Amino acid sequence: MKRWWQRSALAENELFVSSLSSVLAIVIGLLFGFLLMVVVSPSESIQGFRIILTGGFNDGLLSVGSMIVFATPLIFTGLSVAFAYRTGLFNIGASGQLMMGALAATAVGVPQWWRYEGELRIAMDNPFLQLGSWHWVAALLAALLAGALWGLIPGVLKAYFNVNEVVATIMLNYIAMFVNSLVITRYLFNSLIGRAFSVVPTALFPRMGMENIFTDGLRSSQANVSFFIAIFFVIVIYFVLNYTVFGYELKAVGFNRDAARYAGMNAKRNLMLSMMISGGLAGMGGASLYLFAGRNLDPVLQILPQGFDGIAIALLGLGSPIGVFFAGMFFSSLKVGGQFLQLLSFRIEIIDIIISVVIYLAALSLILNRLVLYVLKREKQ
Amino acid sequence: METIIEMRGIRKAFPGVVANDNINLVVAPGEIHAILGENGAGKSTLMSILFGLYKADRGEIFLRGEPVSIDNPNDATRLGIGMVHQHFKLVHNFTVTENIVLGQEDRANGLIQLEEAKQKIIALSDQYGLKVNPDSLIEDISVGMQQRVEILKMLYRDADILIFDEPTAVLTPQEVQELINVMRELSNEGKTIILITHKLHEIKSIADRVTVLRKGAQVAVLDVATSSIADMAEAMVGRPVVFDLQKAESTPGDVVLSVRGLSVYSPVYKKNVVNDMTFDVRRGEILCIAGVEGNGQTQLIEAIAGLTESQGEVWLLGENISDDSIRERNLKGISHIPEDRHKHGLVLDFKLSNNLILQNYFEPPMQRRMMLNFSNINEFSASLIERFDVRSGKGIHTNTRSMSGGNQQKAIIAREVIRDTDLLIAVQPTRGLDVGAIEYIHQQLIAQRDQGKAVLMVSLELDEVLSVSDRILVMFEGNHMGEFDAATVSDSELGVAMAGGNR
Repeated sequence: MKRWWQRSALAENELFVSSLSSVLAIVIGLLFGFLLMVVVSPSESIQGFRIILTGGFNDGLLSVGSMIVFATPLIFTGLSVAFAYRTGLFNIGASGQLMMGALAATAVGVPQWWRYEGELRIAMDNPFLQLGSWHWVAALLAALLAGALWGLIPGVLKAYFNVNEVVATIMLNYIAMFVNSLVITRYLFNSLIGRAFSVVPTALFPRMGMENIFTDGLRSSQANVSFFIAIFFVIVIYFVLNYTVFGYELKAVGFNRDAARYAGMNAKRNLMLSMMISGGLAGMGGASLYLFAGRNLDPVLQILPQGFDGIAIALLGLGSPIGVFFAGMFFSSLKVGGQFLQLLSFRIEIIDIIISVVIYLAALSLILNRLVLYVLKREKQ
Repeated sequence: METIIEMRGIRKAFPGVVANDNINLVVAPGEIHAILGENGAGKSTLMSILFGLYKADRGEIFLRGEPVSIDNPNDATRLGIGMVHQHFKLVHNFTVTENIVLGQEDRANGLIQLEEAKQKIIALSDQYGLKVNPDSLIEDISVGMQQRVEILKMLYRDADILIFDEPTAVLTPQEVQELINVMRELSNEGKTIILITHKLHEIKSIADRVTVLRKGAQVAVLDVATSSIADMAEAMVGRPVVFDLQKAESTPGDVVLSVRGLSVYSPVYKKNVVNDMTFDVRRGEILCIAGVEGNGQTQLIEAIAGLTESQGEVWLLGENISDDSIRERNLKGISHIPEDRHKHGLVLDFKLSNNLILQNYFEPPMQRRMMLNFSNINEFSASLIERFDVRSGKGIHTNTRSMSGGNQQKAIIAREVIRDTDLLIAVQPTRGLDVGAIEYIHQQLIAQRDQGKAVLMVSLELDEVLSVSDRILVMFEGNHMGEFDAATVSDSELGVAMAGGNR
């Protein structure tokens, strides 16, 4: 009789093997970072490493709040990529979908828009202002919708013209970037700060009293309801994928499109829906990135990195919604910890290096998988 | 006894399975030596070791009495070993000559010299009766001729040990006969031939001796002249095998499926791969589409199932379903055991229970309010597994990918048969399965017929066509070549039709 804790039994448990390889990726990444710190500044390396490990808990509840704020868009984009991946699609375009979501949320949330009569620029009131305390919900829904539409484009291209979604989503990242810049400078521009107008308070995510929890007495973090919305969607996606007829179809199409078609499933429709949902999740990530005080959309020509981080988080989270949540929190903790590293003579880039190593190893998880299996299966001669 | 090949104590293990365990193969010069065994018995592994594709974990190989080490196919070629693989290794847009010299081209000033090679090929083809045109492109010649090219490739490299891996799987009966003649000729000229097969009558008709493998172990070496087919079958399977299917007369009833002028155009070949097919299938009969692989059978069935676009009409139970979706057709009464169980039949990354509900997951009681009802799904799957004897490591939770081919096929058959539809389509339902599983599947098909279902089967194996079906329809290059009564038709009549008839 095999017991579950015996090596051979563990080797057969796929979840255990792949989880262990994710953990291994993290450990090796951290050790690599430590090595780097030893090289850069041996005397401070131990202290620096402790800061990295402590991550989002370095400065008590205030930094826990920052960690939550940082994690929210990452959980959304990680969820977006993981969901697409589970249904057989590789969504590299979470960044573009996130930017379209951020743009839509900002457009709904700002106090005024510019309109043009000939060369003449005229201010007009944003009609969404009348929504009052529901304003932020409208902004979130706009983000969801914009992301979903931006995801639908590659979905349609793939379903009807067999255009590879990887190529289509990458190109749409650039289009999203230029659309953002154009719309901001032309319709939403605040020339005093060189960015989009600030979102009005009713359009900001409610903080639900969290400003009193995540605080050090003087300053408080921007932690808000979007974190719980992200958790809500983690649960929803987990549920859809594992317990519903719709999720069964999506997974069947993802694993084997031919067999799904043979069984009478509408592979095209499922594919487009899947890309829409994936895009919508990333779009909400965009809202969570901008709908809090002190953030203004920038017309600078740059693709926001959160979408790409989402790929790494989905990989590290093994494509499962629950895994994505923890991977997102871990990334965020590293990022917040990195800011404290600057108290020593380290540069914040060390964190990026560690994250990069973790990502590489997560991508090479097959190799780590094999390593774990090798250790588990090695018999004592 | 003088030996040319001696493999001693060969062992080869793959993760989780011992493919060869202490195999001793002894072959005399000039002999035709068959290697018999079911799928997964270790035949191909053993030959791959001899041809240098795998390295044995243990054991030695002696050629002409000398110990040798064969690390790759180049070593094998140098030692005079040639192999015709089951799937030919030919470049389709090269000529016959170019394919044969590939890798051993004569060169002068950096340019390929083909004339001398061509003369050598013509001489070889005359010597052994291997008719080929050295200037034809591979894509323009028949499968039988492609096989001759593969044989010439070995002879061109002066191989005197020739390995044939399941050589008759892709041939018409006439081509099989020609191949047998060629193999005799080669043997008379002093070549040694190793024939890998699971077809007993081929061994009976050509081989001198046969080594039988079962589950990686060597169970017998028999002298073909003094052994009966039943002896060999028993050695291969490990128990006596029933060859005659118990089958009552068919009593055809109403028409269930009616195909009228069905054509499928292929943009790849720029022609109709199914051309104006018209036929009926009735209750209580098994109609078998016979033909050599690639003559439009696949596309015909896909058109009937709705998987591919077609012209013409398909009627099911008196209703025109030509414009219906796949799902509508399935619900109106088509069960379909598909040709490719990995491509269409199963989602390999699903666990077994999820594959067993692939055709009814959207109906109660498998779902309630669009939520999967796992207790009903598990109960349903477990009952199918028990009723159809699907064997798997962890029951309904088994990863489908890890199951054996025979049990995967049983799972598909269970899923399709249980739907109790009026039409059952079975495309090559026994491909790649062992004798025991084949017996079982044939019995299932006949049981369905006897329950009054219409069964439409596609098979490439002539034995299967003749023993299972009631009526036979032959296809050649997408055309209907005639229908035959399975009880009275002869092999050669079918063979002529399968090769294009007297057109």
